[in-house]
Amino acid sequence: MKAAVIVFPGSNCDRDLKRAFEQAGLGVEMVWHKDTSLPKVDIVGIPGGFSFGDYLRCGAIAAQSPICREVVAHTERGGYAFGVCNGFQVLTETGILPGALLRNANLKYICRTVGLKVETTESVFTKGYGLGDEIGVPIAHHDGNYFADEATLDALEGENRVAFRYTDNPNGSARDIAGILSSNRRVLGMMPHPERAAESAHGNEDGARLFAHLTEVLSDA
Amino acid sequence: MKARVHVMLKNGVLDPQGEAVRHALGALGFDGVSGVRQGKVIELDLADGTTEATVKEMCEKLLANTVIESYTIELS
Repeated sequence: MKAAVIVFPGSNCDRDLKRAFEQAGLGVEMVWHKDTSLPKVDIVGIPGGFSFGDYLRCGAIAAQSPICREVVAHTERGGYAFGVCNGFQVLTETGILPGALLRNANLKYICRTVGLKVETTESVFTKGYGLGDEIGVPIAHHDGNYFADEATLDALEGENRVAFRYTDNPNGSARDIAGILSSNRRVLGMMPHPERAAESAHGNEDGARLFAHLTEVLSDA
Repeated sequence: MKARVHVMLKNGVLDPQGEAVRHALGALGFDGVSGVRQGKVIELDLADGTTEATVKEMCEKLLANTVIESYTIELS
């Protein structure tokens, strides 16, 4: 079971994500954004941070980097991917996931633990939770206000692809959406940081279950 | 030659920065500002003969996110 974690200039949660994958039993290889090929891996992690200084739009420059072409190809082949925070922004900018992340409605950078409701257990990422479970996961972002047109939002809900909703919407996200799945349910993008709530030293282990089932499902894949 | 690309959030997409500017103008005593939308201008220095179609491709691929933004191109 192997994971790749992509590192962009400005990534700052890459090692946190590596550690969370490792705690779940995955081998992890760090991959630089200029690399033109991915190692043979089951899942690609796109970490949080401020890739390329958030210039132009959050995630926009990263989405055009050489490695992201490979990440798109990996997901088109049915490979798994997980993007957190800036990683979610990169996934929307590449078109792997629909929608976009706008500036928070209150214009503030928000850094605190928020409540999330688990909206589906039908994915490798959320099967460790119970449907409707409420968990606490930290957010740390300025541009986490999820936007998509009404038709896209209806489709996400109709296909049971909303993974998490905020219990008390902090940033103005459409329909309280905090994280969404791809149509094949193998790609998850979310603004909150489960990798920062994944072991006892973090003071909160609610995020650990998101990683816990990766090895078993990936070994079946 | 030069191109100037204007990128704006689409109508219907909330622009919290524009709203903040509108409030600040009101606080300064400028009455009657009923709406502010904030966008960006990107100036490109281009090789002579670059077509508008090429600039449009730049907009579609990178300069604008057409999920949330619209753009206009001025060539000069």
